[in-house]
Amino acid sequence: MSFLDLKNVTKIYPNGTKAVHETSLSVEEGEFMVFVGPSGCGKSTLLRMVAGLEDITEGEITLDGNLINEVDPSERDIAMVFQNYALYPHMNVYNNLAYGLKNRGIDKKDIEQKVNEAAKLLQISEYLERKPSMLSGGQRQRVAMGRAIVRNPKIFLFDEPLSNLDAKLRIQMRLEIKKLQQKVGVTSIFVTHDQTEAMTLADKLAVINNGVIEQLATPIEIYNNPKSLFVAGFIGSPQMNFIEGELKNNTLSAEGFEIKNVKSDFNGDITLGIRPEHLSQSDNGLINLNVDLVEQLGSDNLVYGQLKDKKDFCYRCPGNLTIKKGDKLSLNIDNENYFIFDKSSGKRVN
Amino acid sequence: MTRLFTSNLSHLILFVGISIMIIPVWMIFASSTHTSSFINTHGLQFFLGDSFQENYLRVLLYKGGFFKEITALKMFLNSFIMATGVALLSVVTSLMAAYALVYYRTKYATFLFWLIFITILVPLELRIFPTYSVMAKLNLVNSYFGLIVPISASAIATLFFRQFYRTVPDELLESAKLDGASTWRFFIDFLVPLSRTMIVAMFIFMFVFGYNQYLWPLLVTSSEQYWTVVMGLKMMSGSIVHRFAFVIMSMVPPILIIIILQKHFIKGVFQDK
Repeated sequence: MSFLDLKNVTKIYPNGTKAVHETSLSVEEGEFMVFVGPSGCGKSTLLRMVAGLEDITEGEITLDGNLINEVDPSERDIAMVFQNYALYPHMNVYNNLAYGLKNRGIDKKDIEQKVNEAAKLLQISEYLERKPSMLSGGQRQRVAMGRAIVRNPKIFLFDEPLSNLDAKLRIQMRLEIKKLQQKVGVTSIFVTHDQTEAMTLADKLAVINNGVIEQLATPIEIYNNPKSLFVAGFIGSPQMNFIEGELKNNTLSAEGFEIKNVKSDFNGDITLGIRPEHLSQSDNGLINLNVDLVEQLGSDNLVYGQLKDKKDFCYRCPGNLTIKKGDKLSLNIDNENYFIFDKSSGKRVN
Repeated sequence: MTRLFTSNLSHLILFVGISIMIIPVWMIFASSTHTSSFINTHGLQFFLGDSFQENYLRVLLYKGGFFKEITALKMFLNSFIMATGVALLSVVTSLMAAYALVYYRTKYATFLFWLIFITILVPLELRIFPTYSVMAKLNLVNSYFGLIVPISASAIATLFFRQFYRTVPDELLESAKLDGASTWRFFIDFLVPLSRTMIVAMFIFMFVFGYNQYLWPLLVTSSEQYWTVVMGLKMMSGSIVHRFAFVIMSMVPPILIIIILQKHFIKGVFQDK
């Protein structure tokens, strides 16, 4: 049994909406688990069920060997960082951190020591006397995390905590959360819709769609080996290119090109997926691209264009190549780095 | 130039308005500092006289009423007890009622709220006979309890607190829950401090409401010992300057309450934004 176990957990709202379908997963102690998916996919609901803020319609959740289905959130020993931080506006930072400890009847001196330690760790010692309204977004974020850390809970839950920050701060806080989690070593679940956040933070990544976990693996495994069309499209930036085609007797034919000796026994309509970074230019390439737009990121160029059938397509190339609008490129797929999905079910078939 | 003109004009209008309100009060005050014979012969005065201390002390300490049992000082005490009682009780009850309506999974909470709200249409004056008969049966006539309780349920305060609680983000409750706060602690540690500004405003409002009550105290008290200031205004007899002095003094408590609590009110507004 793992540290946190979800067994066939289901959530059906009173109005009949099934937000989470029978979901099972386990999180090991000290692991950083990330739930990623588009908005409304049920990832937050799943997290809130772990926290005890939503009732569990069916299934079981066990934390550290104890069934917690019916345990009150205040008794679960769980800390959560909310999207809007939910800091206590009328308390100063010190009391924000100390409140949870006070409620647990901890000695005043111990509280002071713990709060100061957490404040030091998060570099918010100077702000302890301030009210949340006098803090910047990043500082509020730290206070919210401090409130979680100070209690030394069994598990940390993060509900899209970075989405209110500007881009630069988001990257910085992302790093800090990861560092902090490694330092403190607390089991964590992090919910996000941002695939970059998900990839960078996760020890293990659960890609969720329509209340179902589509794939659960390490980030790199998911990137290298997406199990479904949804996962392939969701993870990776820029998004994977998809081309409709047909697979018959190990030969894949799509608009304008063919790939022979495909390692798949599937016959029928397929979707071919190619990541923009798995392409390179060659004289007699498979894919012909008419360039519409080039985004120069410095280290890389993102080349957007259309194929013969007017389908949008993206190609990522090193930043030192000069490509202009109107160029015609001939591209090859590197090392058979392509994915084939059954068009009707979205399942991977190669 | 036009701006200067309009701003001066608006100041002029304000000044005229203030004068219309202040001057009569001032004249009553000025007149109350003269001797009654001087007022009787010379009419209302605009300037202060020199009988201030004499008149006011006499009014405060004079034993009046049919049985010569009640002083103005006692009336002020009665009014203060009644107004404070009404203000405290109505703020506390409406805070809690609103809490129950918003945060408890009460069936028909909205319906119950409107039921409470509808009581605004049934003021005390309309239900005064049954209310009196209840008080009489409970043997609460001639008591502070009887003066205070029947007018201490405020639908308006409940409405205000309810609307405020509905704007408090759910995350705050959830976060407090995870921090181990019980239902009661959430109320005391969060909602009460967060609605401090509103509590002060409602307290002022209900204090003045309680202080201004006339019909109910008149009905529910037969002993002169429970007379309030507003009742005293009607009952007062004696010379004109003494009545003026009493009128002026009767205006002081509500103004004082507003001045004292205003600080907290404004502080609250500025800190909680």
